[in-house]
Amino acid sequence: MDALLTQVPIAAAVGAVLLLAALGLNFTFGQMGVINMAHGEFLMVGAYTAFALQAWAGLGGAAVLVALPVAFAVTALMGLALERGLIRHFYGRPLDTLLLTFGVSLLLQQLARDVFGAPNVDVAAPSWLAGGTSVLGVWLHHSRLFIILLAAVAVAAIALSIARSRSGRYMRAVLHDRDLAAVSGIPVGRVDAATFAVGSGLAGVAGVALALIGPIGPSIGSSYIVDAFLVVVVGGLGQLRGAVIAAFALGALNAYSELWTGASLAKVVVFAVIIAFLQARPQGLFSVKTRALA
Amino acid sequence: MTTANPTEASAGPTSEDASSGPAARARLLPGVPPALLIGVAAAVVLAVMPLLLDEFRLGLLTRYLCYAIVAVGIAVAWGRGGMLTLGHGVFFGLGAYAMAAHMTLAATPDGALPEFMVWNGIESLPLLWRPFQSLAFTLAAVVVLPGAIAALLGWAVFRRRVRGAYFAILNQALAAAFAILLIGQQHLTGGSSGLTNLPVLAGVDLSTGAARTGLYFTVAGFLLAVWAAYTRLMDSRYGALLVAVRDSEERVRFLGYDPTWVKASAYTLSAVAAGIAGALFVPATGIITPALVGVIPSIQLVLMAALGGRHSLTGAAIGAVALGTAETAFSESFAGGWLYLQGALFVVVIALAPRGLAGFAESLASRVSPVRRSR
Repeated sequence: MDALLTQVPIAAAVGAVLLLAALGLNFTFGQMGVINMAHGEFLMVGAYTAFALQAWAGLGGAAVLVALPVAFAVTALMGLALERGLIRHFYGRPLDTLLLTFGVSLLLQQLARDVFGAPNVDVAAPSWLAGGTSVLGVWLHHSRLFIILLAAVAVAAIALSIARSRSGRYMRAVLHDRDLAAVSGIPVGRVDAATFAVGSGLAGVAGVALALIGPIGPSIGSSYIVDAFLVVVVGGLGQLRGAVIAAFALGALNAYSELWTGASLAKVVVFAVIIAFLQARPQGLFSVKTRALA
Repeated sequence: MTTANPTEASAGPTSEDASSGPAARARLLPGVPPALLIGVAAAVVLAVMPLLLDEFRLGLLTRYLCYAIVAVGIAVAWGRGGMLTLGHGVFFGLGAYAMAAHMTLAATPDGALPEFMVWNGIESLPLLWRPFQSLAFTLAAVVVLPGAIAALLGWAVFRRRVRGAYFAILNQALAAAFAILLIGQQHLTGGSSGLTNLPVLAGVDLSTGAARTGLYFTVAGFLLAVWAAYTRLMDSRYGALLVAVRDSEERVRFLGYDPTWVKASAYTLSAVAAGIAGALFVPATGIITPALVGVIPSIQLVLMAALGGRHSLTGAAIGAVALGTAETAFSESFAGGWLYLQGALFVVVIALAPRGLAGFAESLASRVSPVRRSR
């Protein structure tokens, strides 16, 4: 029982990082039909931003806090450049964008290797995140709580802006029916670019969170991207609630199957569970209802 | 998906595939199918290679030809079937590990255990390994293992109409899980250092020059056989049905066919080619590790097919040899540069030449003889 409880914060923190990473993927995939394989590298860039601010700019413990907005801005700009420069020419060819962005991800990984070196580096958590608190016999790392809080704030902000803001309404309109949105005077291209930039920015924030829980290396993004995509598959496209539930479900499934079967079998178990899940709900937990056949 | 497009998998108009359409048949020699010409030409080129290359280069070519077999399979699943398989490393790996298990046991004295098992504190041969003492079982496993897993996975996802990018992502997740499993089950798989030290196959010492040449001809023979069989199949009604499913799955369904089995069977055939290639790769290179079968190698296999031309089985095979040659040539001169070049190659091929080398060859051919191409 103790072991089960101890896993709860671990599962929640993994789920929170997955959620931050998956949010951007979910909306770009749902809205534009674009699979961005370079999304994982935006995580990596976010993590290295925290490292660079700490080790190079000498910000010490405050680096993590400063890194949050900086990483968001850096990766959002990179996402914007990727979308405007490359991806927008390939709408309607999702499999091609997948391969295209994989090429971009290889380039970014090698760039990171050349700039930061191949070995992993560490980001020291600030002193106020170093300790932990014991609740009901469960040890809660402050850094894990911080990550969960970060994800909660991000989800709340996104949910609010989708529901209330003008750009959120535009986004929903494009998500439901791109052509109808376009003829209604919504600047579809700008909405796409904005969605892509915000999604990429969130990946940067997720990267800063990753820097708090472990060492970072040039290929850190590729180890999370597969799981983040699975969150999208399970959660359903373009749905915030689906992504939230799926991220924490996958985080828990990962954490608990590791506990029972060991880390190496856990991924196989997760894969089998997802295939079984898709037998019942091939569209994921929630999906936007359309009358399209395909 | 709101932007779903029935021809998403293919780039540009591909309602008629250039290499299989009836118009393409009236080429150099009237009455002789172009596939036969290509096959004979390829056989001649492959046959003279041992005379032109030294032992080291021939070994490299053997390795590329193994990848060419996988690429032919990927052209069937992806180019013709529209199923982007980002997990073919798994099927390649299953064939490879089956063969490597057999060769490890063959190299171990009777009654003893393979060295890596001794290091891992294993005391008797694990149950999973026992059947691989038999060569016949191993050869069957090389085909059946990848085939069965692909058939099961294909059937499970295609019957629920999971496709396109979802299918690609699931494939990638499979590749990631497979590599992690191989690394984690060190006592069974040798962990991240994999299985090495594989000097003998079927009683033949593989280190001699004659054996290396024989191995080359075996791999080349398998490549030609797989290529010929799959090309023939793609020219049949089944091949036409597969392309139809790729371009408009719903229409095919309304015509009374079940796309599930068409896709699952093509995916299975593709996986079997990868399994065979894996089994040939192990004696040819003497090593198999998780780093050769994970997510990145899987996607590199796709790049080979993309470079050569995803719709063309011939092109995909040539793409594999071309990419391998380029990698070797480039890595010899600039070590770190290859990854940049490979990344750039992905972007350039997909963006500017989605029909690959085969597409160039076809447009060149249509310019030479303007009578043919009707579209």
